[in-house]
Amino acid sequence: MEGRIAVTAVLDVRGLQMHYGPAQVLRGVNFTAQAGEVLALLGPNGAGKTTTIEILEGFRMRSAGEVSVLGVDPAHGDEAWRARLGVVLQSWRDHAKWRVDELLEHVGSFYSAYATSTIARPWPTGELIAAVGLTEHAHKRVRMLSGGQRRRLDVAMGIVGRPELLFLDEPTAGFDPHARREFHDLVHRLTDLGDTTILLTTHDLDEAEKLADRILVLAGGTIIADGSADELAQRITTEAEVRWTLGDERFVHSTSDATKFVRELLAQHDEVTGLEVRRASLEDTYMALVRAFEAGREVATERVFERAAA
Amino acid sequence: MNPAMQAIRSGFRRGRMELRHTFTNGQDVMGYLVPPVILAVVMLFMRGATVPGTGFSLSARTLPGAVGMGIAFVGMAALAGMLVVEREDGTLLRAKAIPHGMTGYLIGKIVLVSGMTLIGIFLQLAPALLVLDGLTLTGPGAATMVWVFVLGMMATMPIGAMLGSLFSNPQNMGLIMLPLMGLIGISGIFYPITNFPIWLQWIAQTFPVYWLGLGTRSALLPGDMAAVEIGHSWRHLETAAVLGIWAAIGLVLAPFVLRRMARRESGSAVDARRQKAMQRVR
Repeated sequence: MEGRIAVTAVLDVRGLQMHYGPAQVLRGVNFTAQAGEVLALLGPNGAGKTTTIEILEGFRMRSAGEVSVLGVDPAHGDEAWRARLGVVLQSWRDHAKWRVDELLEHVGSFYSAYATSTIARPWPTGELIAAVGLTEHAHKRVRMLSGGQRRRLDVAMGIVGRPELLFLDEPTAGFDPHARREFHDLVHRLTDLGDTTILLTTHDLDEAEKLADRILVLAGGTIIADGSADELAQRITTEAEVRWTLGDERFVHSTSDATKFVRELLAQHDEVTGLEVRRASLEDTYMALVRAFEAGREVATERVFERAAA
Repeated sequence: MNPAMQAIRSGFRRGRMELRHTFTNGQDVMGYLVPPVILAVVMLFMRGATVPGTGFSLSARTLPGAVGMGIAFVGMAALAGMLVVEREDGTLLRAKAIPHGMTGYLIGKIVLVSGMTLIGIFLQLAPALLVLDGLTLTGPGAATMVWVFVLGMMATMPIGAMLGSLFSNPQNMGLIMLPLMGLIGISGIFYPITNFPIWLQWIAQTFPVYWLGLGTRSALLPGDMAAVEIGHSWRHLETAAVLGIWAAIGLVLAPFVLRRMARRESGSAVDARRQKAMQRVR
């Protein structure tokens, strides 16, 4: 079983460590991703998200640990390996003088030699431009695009080679809600279209919940939680919030067993109105996880997971 | 097609596209037009003056050297500037994220810079050949122009690429421009080098700028003008040797420097530079 996972995993990270001089940024990161999975990497600033993703992209050398990306160690990834990856970063302002269509055509041309019997490379320019919703702007110069359009172009350049694995680094930072919704639709279309595996980092928990099959929380240089949004919520929160009105007064109570509490509440008071039971959102879960971690209660946190997993 | 061959083809195409882009924005068009205009003004001021010790027009003697200086200037300063800017805006990181993208990027740059240099030479030379007496482009002269241009590009572009790799902040471009200006000043472009002190002549002769100026002068001036050069000769052999040595050193060293620079490129590096650039604006 273990051996099979190693063969089929798109990402396999074991004991990944990174230090810059005496500062330890990553202290043993472990996770895997299977083909077609969408993973969201969450964590406070400085937790090591960018470092992790840059090591996986082959842009940074790690200090220790084993990393396999599409079956290859990214430290020794060759151009054929690179052709199977897509990278979308935050800070790109390049190729401002180019037109959208000529730029995508140009970037795509590098991938034509890597087409296989199952994967046609590159993505035809017209189709790709339509897929990211830039058809109206196909002949525009890149510098004339708005922030959201520019970002969609970055995504288009990231997927023009039809990558088997796509890295998205805070893809919607600076988006307005409308652009964000459109971007989410685009990612859904990507995962529907093929077996693209996606690893994205974000600060937007709502986005992580919407897009990701699995969420990894990175704090203090290790993965402190790994599971779907539901699983994380069930594991960490034992607390739910119950609100109700009695007479003119509004009450709030936190409890680990909401069902039992509500049953007793209703049994005691007939005149309860406006009853609400709120399960913790992903944001609550995330904050609880990070807070617990930062309070130095690593051991306690791990125990919570062991109990939940058992 | 083999991926590396494909990247070379894409690189040539890239260079042609980028060359075309230089005609479509004001900044690049000004970059083409300003040097010939400045040169024309300089010629105007030199009008009537002659090369010391001869009756030959000083402006006709100066222009060919200025053309040679243009080769050095674009090959070094313009290429270095492009690398610094394109490292900051993420173009290089993009190239790194594409299979064989760096090959395509570098070939594109070689095509672009060579093309820009040729356009610059044309814009300076075409009007000068019509207006200035004493300048002629003969068959052998044209052949000399070609080899001086090719060797000059090979000698200067690796230097430009290395300079561009060493500076990461576009504001530090002055550190490249100032010494280059000084070098041009002592290289006998605007005034015969033989009137400078011997030690200064030796310094100038170790760098490609002097030899590029000498080479282009030899291509465009009448043979007897060699009399005011060092050794009273056009010294083609020495020109080819010095430019060739610079080219050889550059082509050996530049790949190391470029690879080291490329290896350090990452999303966070680009982001950090962007943050710094934004702080500068504020």
